[in-house]
Amino acid sequence: MGRITLDKVTKSFGETEVIPPLDLTIEDGEFTVFVGPSGCGKSTLLRLIAGLEDTTSGQIRIDGNDATQLPPAKRGLAMVFQSYALYPHMSVRKNIAFPLKMAKMAQSEIDQRVDNAASVLNLADYIDRKPGQLSGGQRQRVAIGRAIVREPSAFLFDEPLSNLDAALRVGMRMEISELHKKLATTMIYVTHDQVEAMTMADKIVVLRAGHIEQVGSPLELYREPRNLFVAGFIGSPKMNLIGGAEAEKHGCHTIGVRPEHIEISASEGPWSGTVGVSEHLGSDTYFHIHDTGLADTITVRADGEVGFNYGDRVHLSPRKDVIHRFGADGLRIA
Amino acid sequence: MARSVTPQRKALNTAAAWAIGLLIFFPILWTIITSFKTEAQAISDPPVFLFFDWTLENYGAVMERSNYGRFLWNSIIIAGGSTLLGVIIAVPAAWSMAFVPSNRTKDILLWMLSTKMLPAVGVLYPMYLIFIKFGLLDSRTGLVIVLMLINLPIIVWMLYTYFREIPGEILEAARMDGATLKSEIIYILTPMAIPGIASTMLLNFILAWNEAFWTLNLTAAKAAPLTAFIASYSSPEGLFYAKLSAASTIAIAPILILGWFSQKQLVRGLTFGAVK
Repeated sequence: MGRITLDKVTKSFGETEVIPPLDLTIEDGEFTVFVGPSGCGKSTLLRLIAGLEDTTSGQIRIDGNDATQLPPAKRGLAMVFQSYALYPHMSVRKNIAFPLKMAKMAQSEIDQRVDNAASVLNLADYIDRKPGQLSGGQRQRVAIGRAIVREPSAFLFDEPLSNLDAALRVGMRMEISELHKKLATTMIYVTHDQVEAMTMADKIVVLRAGHIEQVGSPLELYREPRNLFVAGFIGSPKMNLIGGAEAEKHGCHTIGVRPEHIEISASEGPWSGTVGVSEHLGSDTYFHIHDTGLADTITVRADGEVGFNYGDRVHLSPRKDVIHRFGADGLRIA
Repeated sequence: MARSVTPQRKALNTAAAWAIGLLIFFPILWTIITSFKTEAQAISDPPVFLFFDWTLENYGAVMERSNYGRFLWNSIIIAGGSTLLGVIIAVPAAWSMAFVPSNRTKDILLWMLSTKMLPAVGVLYPMYLIFIKFGLLDSRTGLVIVLMLINLPIIVWMLYTYFREIPGEILEAARMDGATLKSEIIYILTPMAIPGIASTMLLNFILAWNEAFWTLNLTAAKAAPLTAFIASYSSPEGLFYAKLSAASTIAIAPILILGWFSQKQLVRGLTFGAVK
């Protein structure tokens, strides 16, 4: 079981309040991602749950029991760190066995669990190596192995993939998602990468300056961002935000149109501009359109085969049904 | 741009380095040479350098007159004991300063170091009285304690610098893995800091071995280490330079050999944290 509840939790470092009063419930078995720009308090929040930082006020409950004052080891949670934090002087086997040894488990039980974790994570061939002799991806797997052997009630991941190269990152992303499906254990995952958040999460928590901006499933956040911050943060490339007369036509302060919801054409469309830089991804092409009189740049996502050149005059038509409207306070207008 | 090093410049640098090295080593070299002279040659004017009748008679005389083995044993116990005790006390101290620093940690570190500035003779009298009171005079226990206290600031400082290099996340991982403070220090911190602890111990062993003020003033016969052994040859009985030199040579030989074999550790220990 692993239902985690935060009740008016705050955290201050001296005079600076990093987390203002915050309420959040993470359901058992849920894959929750904390996402936000750097310095938004997402890692601090994770460390509060882990018990590596003390809360300034408020209560943290794990499965209904008050865990606010419990030391990290007594919370039944396991954590995977950004730097992997493996014990450099121990072999892979000893690294994975360490939490079990600390729990004073019988040696035969330890061996069995370590072997099991090693085979699940494809680590059997490296079991007697030291972390220094492993690649980044292998180290990451050892760190995950060390977390799963304890059979914790929840896993905490602190930007676990940010030290890996792009290809490995995609692979590990799948592995972690796979692991979640297999174990069905609560996972809390911190990242600044909204792609990771979108692809892995059951529930995304978008944070800014310690505040929760929105909580919801990836598609909820994509379809109905509650405010301008979430609108700009979720989705890649970023949503185009347009103010002024065009927004007034829609009866609001700002409208948001996602790049994939704009048609680009040589002849037809209510908006027009000149093509600036285009990014060819093969499957898609991102056009950055200037001189539209709407915003500095309008980004358009088109099919990979669509060919416009730098300086071409083009016309744009936004899909009417997916225009997001925001008021002067930055909040969504339904 | 990289500095260009011409062969001439390199030769010059090498020569200068050798000259300075020899200058520093010269007193020791002279002591060793003198130990093989007769007493008459030892004080001859002008001094003889290499061309004299090399003799081992001084060594024979020294070994006959005093019990070298006992002094050596005392030195080993005192230097080893004080180093070991110091490390046992300094590891937790350095741990707390490196990983749970407070606003005053820097001040405490500096204050500890400042005690090294105090002239030892300034506290000789109170120290002597304390030693009498506790029956520690001329005991190895007393010297182990006093030398440990003298070197403790250096041990704490060195370990502190080493521990600072250990990533905090690893200790946090241990905490998440259920390690108590004790197991965190025993299973994670200490093994990771072994190279640092080793060079710290080595340096402090040498410092304690060479310490002469307290070892001379607080011992008589029973607990006297090699420093007292050397001093016993600079006696009012007359000038015995050759014998004094022989005594000095065999007193410093063990530590010279130890130092020679552990040069790398020592240099690394002393420069650690300086480049980063």
